[in-house]
Amino acid sequence: MSDAARSSQPLMACQECDLLQRIPVLPVGGRARCARCGFVLAARPRDPLELPLVLTLTALIVFVVANAMPLMDLSAVGRYASTTILGGARQMWLDGERITAMIVVFCAVIAPALYLLMMLAVLLAARRPPLPHWSGELLRWGLHMQPWAMYDVMLLGILVALIKIAQLATVDPGVGLFAMGLLALLLPAISVTFDAREVWKRVEWKHGDDLAAAFADGNYEERGR
Amino acid sequence: MSGAVVTGARAGLVSCETCKLLTRPVNAEHAGHCPRCGATLEVRRVQSLQRTWALIIAAAICYIPANLLPVMVSNTFATSDAETIMGGVVYLYSSGSWPLALIVLVASVMVPLGKLLALGYLLVSVQRGMAGSHHERARLFRIVVFIGRWSMLDVFVATFTVALVQLQPLMSVLPGAGVLFFAAVVVLTMLAAETFDPRLLWDSATDMEKQDG
Ligand SMILES: [Zn+2]
Ligand SMILES: [Zn+2]
Repeated sequence: MSDAARSSQPLMACQECDLLQRIPVLPVGGRARCARCGFVLAARPRDPLELPLVLTLTALIVFVVANAMPLMDLSAVGRYASTTILGGARQMWLDGERITAMIVVFCAVIAPALYLLMMLAVLLAARRPPLPHWSGELLRWGLHMQPWAMYDVMLLGILVALIKIAQLATVDPGVGLFAMGLLALLLPAISVTFDAREVWKRVEWKHGDDLAAAFADGNYEERGR
Repeated sequence: MSGAVVTGARAGLVSCETCKLLTRPVNAEHAGHCPRCGATLEVRRVQSLQRTWALIIAAAICYIPANLLPVMVSNTFATSDAETIMGGVVYLYSSGSWPLALIVLVASVMVPLGKLLALGYLLVSVQRGMAGSHHERARLFRIVVFIGRWSMLDVFVATFTVALVQLQPLMSVLPGAGVLFFAAVVVLTMLAAETFDPRLLWDSATDMEKQDG
């Protein structure tokens, strides 16, 4: 792209090394990396608001299934047992490991639920710009929850537990386990197909225009499109 | 300006960590709030080094009981068998699933220790103003952030083993005291990776450039 086209883009600082640079207009599927440290500054997915909305709605339904249905059934010498995600945490709580139980509930239920609900609210609000400024606040919290939603890790943990128990008893995977596997794929899919820049472009500024004079690049909004 | 390294901080600008908007801080001490999203602006994360040190020291202290105390205690009719993290690895290995034994060994023993050492090294390198290997250190930091959550593996193994194996009085598994310390190590090191400001790694590169030019 020409220098002129590039210079019409807003200036930004790399969040890993603070280098100032302008990101070119990206082709669909394109990514921009920092000129100094190589950090991925921006990516342009095909359908940055609609597709993540569909995926978020799907994930919410699967989330309900994953929490309501048993993860696995165990049978040994005529005895039978099964557990759900919350059942696992509940047993930890009953056995006196209350803090661990709360950490498990946070990673398995609260963090993913907050992430999905906040994404849903933001993506629905994005259908009718400008977005109210609370949607920016929600997006910020939602993105903080992301690393704590640990279905991928949990799935591997359950696999290890199953193999250990398989020596002692017969274990059958349940519907909840498949739902959890689906969530382990859906959550990263949401973040890959979503482009937060599209939300920030449309959001109502919290402090309005009175500070506009203080900006390094006051016409960010217009040029960002 | 061509060729010179110009960072936000050197240009007197602050980048919002949430929405990436670049603005001029209200004043040097308090950058104020982002006019677009309302997040608190910080030229560099406040007290990044002190907070990260505090978190990794706390994690290092928890790492010892996490490895010495049992994470699970299996009870049958007559026997009671306490299992530490390493004991679990040995059990998996001896029962023939060495790939899983390796995964648990890496995720539960090597990754937490590696994270503590890596973050400690990054902190010391910033405090001493280390001049070289910025790319290597930036890569190390990204690896720490990426793998951090996988150490939670053993907490989930314990949780679901305990939940399933409740066939009293035949056989039952109880969580051990180690599991709490282990979860604490993972949570504290994940928080430490969030309080560490990777831009500090590059500030020495920016300063060098300044002296040259
Ligand atoms: Zn960079
Ligand atoms: Zn902001």
